[in-house]
Formats: sequence, structure tokens, C-alpha cells
Amino acid sequence: MDEFALSRIQFAVNITFHILFPTITIALGWLLLFFKIRFHTTRESKWMELYFFFTKIFALTFSLGVVSGVTMSFQFGTNWPGYMNTVGNIAGPLLAYEVLTAFFLEATFLGIMLYGFKKVPAWLHTLATSLVAIGTTLSAFWILVLNSWMHTPAGHIMIDGVAHVDNWMEVILNPSMPYRLLHTLASSGLTVAFLTAGLLAYRYLNNDRRLAVTSGLRVTILAAVILAPLQAFLGDLHGVNTREHQPQKLAAMEALWESENGAPMVLFALPDEEAKENKFEIAIPKLASLIATRDLNGHIRGLEEFEGNHPPVAPVFWSFRIMVGVGFLMIAVSFAAGYLVVLKRTYPKLTLKILVAMTFSGWVATIAGWYVTEIGRQPWLVQGILLSKDAVAELPPSHVGLTLFVYCATYATLLIAYIGALYYLSKKEISTQFQLA
Amino acid sequence: MFTELSNNSNWLPYTFAFLIGLSMLLYAILDGYDLGVGMLSQFVEDNERERMIASIGPFWDANETWLVLGVGLLLVAFPAAHGIVLTSLYLPVAFMIIALIFRGVSFDFRKKAPPKDRATWNRAFSWSSLLISLTQGYMLGRFITGFQQGVYSELFAIFFGFLVVAGYLLMGSCWLILKTENELQKKAVSWAKKALWSMVIGAILSSLTAVFVDTRIYDRMFSFPELTLLIAMPLASMALTLIMHFILGVLPLEGDRLSWMPFAISVFIFILGFTGLVYSFYPYIVPGHLKITDGASAGESLAVILIGTAIVFPFLIGYTFLAYRIFNGKAQDLTYN
Ligand code: HDD
Ligand code: HEM
Ligand code: HEM
Repeated sequence: MDEFALSRIQFAVNITFHILFPTITIALGWLLLFFKIRFHTTRESKWMELYFFFTKIFALTFSLGVVSGVTMSFQFGTNWPGYMNTVGNIAGPLLAYEVLTAFFLEATFLGIMLYGFKKVPAWLHTLATSLVAIGTTLSAFWILVLNSWMHTPAGHIMIDGVAHVDNWMEVILNPSMPYRLLHTLASSGLTVAFLTAGLLAYRYLNNDRRLAVTSGLRVTILAAVILAPLQAFLGDLHGVNTREHQPQKLAAMEALWESENGAPMVLFALPDEEAKENKFEIAIPKLASLIATRDLNGHIRGLEEFEGNHPPVAPVFWSFRIMVGVGFLMIAVSFAAGYLVVLKRTYPKLTLKILVAMTFSGWVATIAGWYVTEIGRQPWLVQGILLSKDAVAELPPSHVGLTLFVYCATYATLLIAYIGALYYLSKKEISTQFQLA
Repeated sequence: MFTELSNNSNWLPYTFAFLIGLSMLLYAILDGYDLGVGMLSQFVEDNERERMIASIGPFWDANETWLVLGVGLLLVAFPAAHGIVLTSLYLPVAFMIIALIFRGVSFDFRKKAPPKDRATWNRAFSWSSLLISLTQGYMLGRFITGFQQGVYSELFAIFFGFLVVAGYLLMGSCWLILKTENELQKKAVSWAKKALWSMVIGAILSSLTAVFVDTRIYDRMFSFPELTLLIAMPLASMALTLIMHFILGVLPLEGDRLSWMPFAISVFIFILGFTGLVYSFYPYIVPGHLKITDGASAGESLAVILIGTAIVFPFLIGYTFLAYRIFNGKAQDLTYN
């Protein structure tokens, strides 16, 4: 393999590892704030128990997010120098604002939040907790502005092959930004709802029946009940936006080879890039047109119109199905659990076991979603402006291969350690006597 | 407004060069001491290790952020320089990143992993601290010579790596003198002595090899008024080294007097060394390759970044003071309370 292929794989491996952790911390910060505020209003110690338990998980997750994020910021220089050289005038300020406004807020107030409970007044501690939540969300905002701009660039002019900012408002409010931002924030919320519900269900199944566990389960399941359908709705809007701005990506998501009025929704198929057709296709007539254009006979452009300029079809097609599949599974599970646990206040074993099994389901959907988005942008790094292959650094492939191998080994180790630590912490919590010092 | 600000074009790149330098200096000092503590943590028993790590607990995460900021500003303000530096140092950068990853997470895992794995994470913590210090020193050495090839440049970079490790160890021990008591404090004093003299050896070795490295890229290094300054700096560092040696000889004192002195002096030595270095390759941003005025981002974009930086920087520095006030005094055991 050449350095281009290796650098791409390495980038994908790094960002995939990175996104696992922010996607948890973004929403978990708000959940912690919720617990804290509930405690202050009710004075019931169960909320503080929940707060402390999930703070430990937050701290661990945060540190993994930070170290993998540091890797990301070096990546641009080590492997993709062409990126900053071409669009640095736009990416630069956005990345800088991400680091400045958000990361520092977190890196600083996080210390008070984690270690300062007894050292600072209660209001300052709550303030620190809210600033950490705001900080993680702001960093997601800036990076998603940039990422969206790479998909739907706006507000810039090209001078001698270099992008210059023409209008910052248009850069920030670029066409896909609102959809991507909301969809990603909701995915963070869902990931956290299922993660926390899963860990609490695990404690309940291991005979930890304290109020913290039961109340915690009800809160997190309720969050899933609200967020899961909302996410499907937001995803749908996102898809309509994609049809308008990146039709070649939508065609790949639907594995639609020819332009059509009244295009079918393909449920299953093996897309064949050589023959330009689907094998073993199972499809529902006209559904894709209905969803993407709101009209049974709406026109959807097929891959034939983007010859040589569209992404690889199979990975986009499959990632999309995995994400949507998990999304519908989440709707079903959250509704069932919502009925049994939140409404009827029962804790059936089977339901709890399913929740344990779904602990990390948010990760699967989130990664699948990012693969749809990012692979769907190929061969462009910045849609219509910079090809991925023009941005890559000339490096000895053996060096890139070596670092890729070391990263993979590192991440595998850490992922195992992380999941192990989550279950270990839950087990330990089961036998802990809680007291508010 | 942005256009007006950026019309007078040269001051922006210089401002950013200054801010990058400042971030890097703050990073070297702040993360320097906690890397030092990390390296030292393998020489003690469990309970002392807890104390040592507790002394850096509330700070290390924020300390590391200065590196993210420095490298980040280099990336956004001087993309070309960032590209040259990071592609030339591809492998050492990658090893440093891996070590940063392990260090960052072992900090949490050593508390949260199942007990049987804790010793492993403790080891990961101190070995990764060593690897980070070593690669940083090595890369700085490569950077100073403008990434020249050749035995002497390599040797210079290696000695420089040794020098930085010793320097971080010195700051780490001095931090411990400040933050701990009793037996551990005495140990810290003896570590500091060893580190101090290792640093002197490192400095001598790298200066000796530097003579053989091609220095034509520094067109100004040996012209007259500068020369006095360049001589004054090592002289001042030597004086500080001697004072330090003397103080370490008498510590710890009754009532913990002067326990802050060694740390203050070690910080001064770092500031001197750093200024000397920056001075020796000014006005280059990458010695021998790029000047500060070459290859900066467009003025409008720099102005936008500067506004954000100007709002955040003072706030950050203020916060840093606040954090050190909240957590001042001798280190307690570290708990999430
Ligand atoms: C818990 C996570 C999660 C869940 C349950 C879903 N998604 Fe999603 N999806 C994401 C997490 C995600 C994401 C990680 O947030 C992505 C990647 C980038 C982005 O903008 O959002 C994404 C991307 C993404 C895209 C690609 C947009 C583009 O072209 O850039 C579409 C069309 C959808 N989603 C649609 C859906 C639909 C119809 C869902 C209905 C069930 C759905 N997603 C559930
Ligand atoms: C190429 C893309 C990315 C780069 C260069 C990047 C860079 C970074 C860096 C440098 C950090 C550590 C900062 C610190 O020291 O505190 C970080 C952490 C973080 N990143 Fe990213 N990041 C990227 C993608 C993303 C995405 C897609 C999201 C979310 C949607 C995200 C959200 C966060 C958050 C919330 C943190 C805070 C730490 C945490 O919660 O774990 N990042 N990132
Ligand atoms: C966080 C979730 C993300 C995931 C899982 C993800 C995944 C991927 C994958 C799989 C690729 C390789 C695509 C291919 O080669 O076919 C890629 C490429 C890339 N993505 Fe992302 N991405 C994410 C977010 C981002 C963000 C936020 C940015 C920008 C700030 C970004 C910028 C890039 C760049 C620069 C490349 C490398 C060049 C390329 O092949 O396009 N990505 N990403």
C-alpha cells in the first residue's frame, strides 16, 4: 500500500477512536449537571450517588477523549499538510476557537469539578460542572462547523488555489451545519442514555437495588424515549439536506445506480461497483423518493450522473443501514423499557438484560453514521475544493505503516481497558456504602 | 474591521510567534515538573507514590493543554511551518503521541482499573513520562539544527534529549520539595541534587557536539552585541546552578523555610535556557527553513484568531493562578470527594 492509502486508514482509525469518547462526554456532562441540580432542589442523596458514580466514568472518558484529540491535532501536520495549506484560512480560526473557547474551559474547570467538591463553595462547584458541560458542547460545535464546511463549503473565495474567508457568517452557518450539529448532539445524548441505562441495569441485575439505581434507570430510559424518535426525525431532515447538497452521497447511501423518478428504498443488496448494479436486491418501491423528496414520484439522481466522482458505494450503503437499523432498535427498546420501567415501575429481568446488551449500541450507530458522512465525501477532502489525494504528505510508506500498527495496538489495549474499567467501577459501586461527607 | 486590523501586515505573524513561544515555555515549565514527578514515581513505594501523584493531580491535565495550544497556534498561524516540522519529525512525534496517550490514561486507570492491573498502569505512567521527555528533547535538538542529517546532529539531538530529561527531573524533584514533607521531601532533595548535575553534564555534552554541527544557518549568532547576551545567559544559569547546589545542601530547614526556593530557581533556569534558544534562531520560525514572515496564514484569518486568543489568554492565566491557590499547600491524598 502507498502512503496515501495508509494515511487514510490511519486517519480513520484515529478519528474513530477519538469520537468514541467525546460522544460520551458531551452529553454526560449535562446529565451530571442534571443530577447535581436535582440534588440541590430535593436534597435526596441518591442524586449525589449518581453524580459521583458517573463522575468517575466521566473523568476516565474525558481523559481518553483528550489524549486521542491531541493525536488528531498532530495528524493534520504529520499526514495531511495539504489540508491546512489550502483551506487553513478557514480551518485555522475554527480549530483555534475550538481549542481556545472550549478546551480550556474544560481543562481548567474540570479540575475543580473532579477534585474540588470539598474545597470550593457549592455554587462554584455547580458552576464548574455547568462550564464543563458547556465547554464540551462548544468544542463539538466548532469542530462540527468545520466538518460541515468541508461537506458544504460556503462563504469563501478562492485566490491562487487557496481559500480565503469572504463572510464568516456564511462559513459558520453553512448549509449542512444545523442538521449535522443537531443530529450529532442527539446521537451523543442517545449514546449516553443507553450507556448509563446499561450500566445501571447491570448493577440492578447484580442485586444493587438502591434508590440511586432505580431512579437513575428511570431518568436515563426516559431520556432515550425522548431522544430516539427525535433522532430519526433529525436524521430524516439531514438526509433531505444531503440530497440537495451532496446528491452523489445520497445515491451511494441508497445504492441507486440510475437516476429515477419514484426511486425504490433498497432494504438489502450487495452493491457491485464493477457491474454498476445491485445483486440480491430487496426493495420497497418509491419509498426512497418519498423520504428524500416528500413526493412518491420525486426525482433522485443516480450514481451514473457522477461517474468517477462518487464515493465507494458498498461501505456507504452498509454503514447507513447499520446506523438506521440501530436507530430503530433503539426506538423499540426505549419504548418497551419506558412502558415497563418508567410508567409501571417494574424491573423485568429480560428488559434489563437487553439494556445491558445495548450498553454500547450508541457507539455502533455513531461510528456507522460518521462513515456514511466521511466516506460519502470521497474522493473529496473538501467538497469541490480539495481532493484527498492532493493533501497527503509524502512520507516513507514504511513509517506510516509502522505508526499505524502502533496506533492500532494502542487503541485495542485501551478499548479493552476502558470497558473493563467501566464494569469494574460498576461492580465496586455495588458494594460501596454511600455517605455524603 | 478585520481587513483594517490586518492591513499592516507584519505585526500579526510576530505576535503569533510570540504567543507560540510563550505557550511552549509555559508548557515546558508546567508539564516539565509533572513529567519529572512521573519519572520519579517509579523509585518509591506505593504510599509515597500516591502522595507524589496527588501533588500533580489537579494540574497535569491543564498543564498539557499548553502543548495543544502551542502546536495548535503553530498549525493555524503558520501551517507551512507546522507541516515541515511534523513531517520531518514524523516518527518521534508519533512515539511522543503514543506516550502522551498512555500517560494521560494511566493517570485514570491506575485508580479505576481492577487492582491486579494497577501495578502495570503505574509502570506505564512513569515509563511514558520518560519517553515523552526524551522525545521532546530529541525533537527540540533536531529542530535547533534545522533537521540536518549527519552523525553530529543526531548525537546533538540525543544529548539534548538527555538534557531535557534531566531538566524535567530537576523541576519534578523541586516541585516535590515544595509539595511534600518528611521522608519523601528528603528523597526529593537528593533526587534534585542528582538531576542538577546530570543537567550540567547534558549541557556540556550537547554544547561540545554543537561545535561540530554546521551552524551556517545562524547568520547572526556570533556577531558582536548578541554575543555578550549569549554569554551572559549561560553565565547566569551557572550562577543559578551554584545557588541551587548550595540551597539543596541545607534543605529541609526548620519550619519548611525556603522549600519554595529550588522550584523557583529551576523555573528561572528554564526561562533563561528557553530565551537563549529562541534568541539564537530568531527571526526563523523553523531554523534554516522558514522565517516568521514567510508562510503565515492570511491576515484576516490571523486577526480573527487573535481576537479569540486575546479574550481567552488572560482568562487562562488568571485561572491558572486561581487553581494553584485553591490547591496550594502540601499535597493530600487524591480522592474524588
Ligand atoms: C446514536 C447515534 C445515531 C443514531 C441512532 C442515528 N444516527 Fe444518523 N448519524 C449519526 C449518529 C446516529 C452521527 C454520528 O451523528 C452522524 C455522522 C455525522 C453526522 O452528521 O451525524 C450521522 C449521520 C447521518 C446521515 C449522513 C448525513 C450526511 O450526509 O452527512 C444521515 C442521512 C443520517 N445520519 C440519518 C439517520 C437516520 C434516518 C436515523 C434514524 C434512525 C439515524 N441517522 C440514527
Ligand atoms: C479532525 C477532527 C478533530 C480534531 C483535530 C480534534 C481535536 C481535539 C483535541 C486536540 C482535543 C483535546 C483538547 C484538550 O486538550 O482538552 C479534543 C477533545 C475533544 N473533542 Fe475532538 N477533535 C476532532 C474531532 C472531534 C469531533 C468530531 C467531536 C464531536 C463531535 C469532537 C469533540 C471533542 C470534545 C467534546 C473533546 C473534549 C474532550 C472529551 O470530551 O473527551 N472532536 N479534540
Ligand atoms: C468523528 C467522527 C469521524 C469519523 C468516524 C470519521 C471517519 C473518517 C473516515 C472513515 C475517513 C476515511 C474515508 C475514506 O478514506 O474513504 C475520514 C477521512 C477524513 N476525515 Fe473524517 N471522520 C470523522 C470526523 C471528521 C471531522 C470532524 C473532520 C474535520 C475536522 C474530519 C476530517 C477528515 C479528514 C481530513 C480526512 C482525511 C482525508 C480523507 O480521506 O478524506 N473527519 N474520516
